[in-house]
Amino acid sequence: MNGQTSAWYAFSALLRRDLVLGLRYLADLTNPLLLFLIVITLFPLSLGPDKEVLRSFAPAIIWVAAVLASSLSLDAVFRSDYEDGCLEQILLSPYPAVLLAGAKILAHWLLSGAPLILFALLAGVFLYLPEAAIMPLVLTLLLGTPVLSLVGAVAGALTVGLRGSALLQSLIILPLYMPLLIFATAAVNHALAGHSIAGELYFLGAMLALALTLAPFAVASSLRIRLG
Amino acid sequence: MSGLSAFLNMGGYARFVWPAYGLSLLVLMANVVIPMWRERALRRRLRRRYEREQV
Amino acid sequence: MFESLTKYASPQIAYGLAGRLIPWFGWTAALLFIAGLYGGLVYAPPDYQQGDGFRIIYVHVPAAWLSLFTYMVMASAGAAGLIWKTKVSDAVARNCAPLGAAFTFLALCTGSLWGKPMWGTYWVWDARLTSELILLFLYLGYMALQSAIEERRTAARAGAVLALVGVVNIPIIHYSVIWWNTLHQGPTITLTGAPTMATSMLIPLLIMTLAYMCYFAAVLLVRVRGEILQQERNSHWVRQLILEGGN
Repeated sequence: MNGQTSAWYAFSALLRRDLVLGLRYLADLTNPLLLFLIVITLFPLSLGPDKEVLRSFAPAIIWVAAVLASSLSLDAVFRSDYEDGCLEQILLSPYPAVLLAGAKILAHWLLSGAPLILFALLAGVFLYLPEAAIMPLVLTLLLGTPVLSLVGAVAGALTVGLRGSALLQSLIILPLYMPLLIFATAAVNHALAGHSIAGELYFLGAMLALALTLAPFAVASSLRIRLG
Repeated sequence: MSGLSAFLNMGGYARFVWPAYGLSLLVLMANVVIPMWRERALRRRLRRRYEREQV
Repeated sequence: MFESLTKYASPQIAYGLAGRLIPWFGWTAALLFIAGLYGGLVYAPPDYQQGDGFRIIYVHVPAAWLSLFTYMVMASAGAAGLIWKTKVSDAVARNCAPLGAAFTFLALCTGSLWGKPMWGTYWVWDARLTSELILLFLYLGYMALQSAIEERRTAARAGAVLALVGVVNIPIIHYSVIWWNTLHQGPTITLTGAPTMATSMLIPLLIMTLAYMCYFAAVLLVRVRGEILQQERNSHWVRQLILEGGN
């Protein structure tokens, strides 16, 4: 096997392992989604059941809930591997840490971000999301949830194993999520107002491209720093 | 005297301008005083420790 | 030339150099403050629209500018620590954070006090204020990370990665907030109105900004010296220094 093949093999092996483990410990998968729905529910309770009110805030509420649920689910990316020593083994392996970090992030997104898109549609029903907003919402989530996983993984790597890491991670990550939130919700709201949202989608795409290229390196660096 | 009281009045905006300047002064001075204080306390502690070790 | 620069990476030499620089920066800052305060409070004429209320600009803008400048210093020092593994740059980065947070806090408070007479509320989601608020969160997150990691060197390196991630994000955040603000509020008077400022108003602003910068340098060096003493407390030179009561 030449070097190229074995790096790819390592990537897909780690990806497969994380997916299998994620599906085995289903709670890790369902808890963030449950949190998402609960947060969604808080809004009708506090804003009142009026259809017009909820409908006007629906894109924002859905995205805020997605951001919160994501920031809390990130703890799981590295925590269990850190605790049983697997994380160190992964770093010690001859394969590039960047690639392996990428595998873990992809697994996280497949297990949390992708299902979130489906749950967001359910949330849309709860919040009377207009039909015209569905496609724009799905597009922003498709572009945005990978960014949540990518940037979130950096915070997860920096705080892995620390006391209060879940909270610390959220504190660090939420300011960094703000531009994403601004553009995603603006896109959906503009679509509802009948404008073209190409600009917003390009910006989200640019953020995704930036995160894809930089985050795995930052994650690998952070892991090496934290695990010595 | 009307010069001074006119100055302090800041054209009617006194209750915004002076707190802004006052708070700035407070925070800036605190950042001077507190580190110097801490260094002095550190030096005292270290001195005591070294003198003990010399014995 | 590089070799002569790297000797400043030694904590002992950095300690001495900082000690010599502090009085220079300190006194310069004091003089500049006096000149700037006179210029801002007395010399500059009242604004056409905002009367004497605009004078808050002379403590608001420098604070905001320094809050960004400090972040750049923090990120640069962090990068230097990652690349060259120097302890002094770690100390600089770590001590920038509370100063940066202080400047950001001042920018927000003075901005709020400026906003009340101008726009009627103590808070307004103006682009600059919102960016400053997010910047404050970034500083506090950095400080929280530093205090959560016990080992100094690891904390410094982790902080450096976070600061660098932040540096990439600051322009993005800034652009996003401006875009968001113009979207939702339409054209409003910006808090600076800088291009339309008369020279007599602008000069005290420049002086005050310089004053704040010299102040920042002086105060940062004081903190860094304290940190060096603490970190090097087991070394011979610190022992000598303290016992001789030297500076």
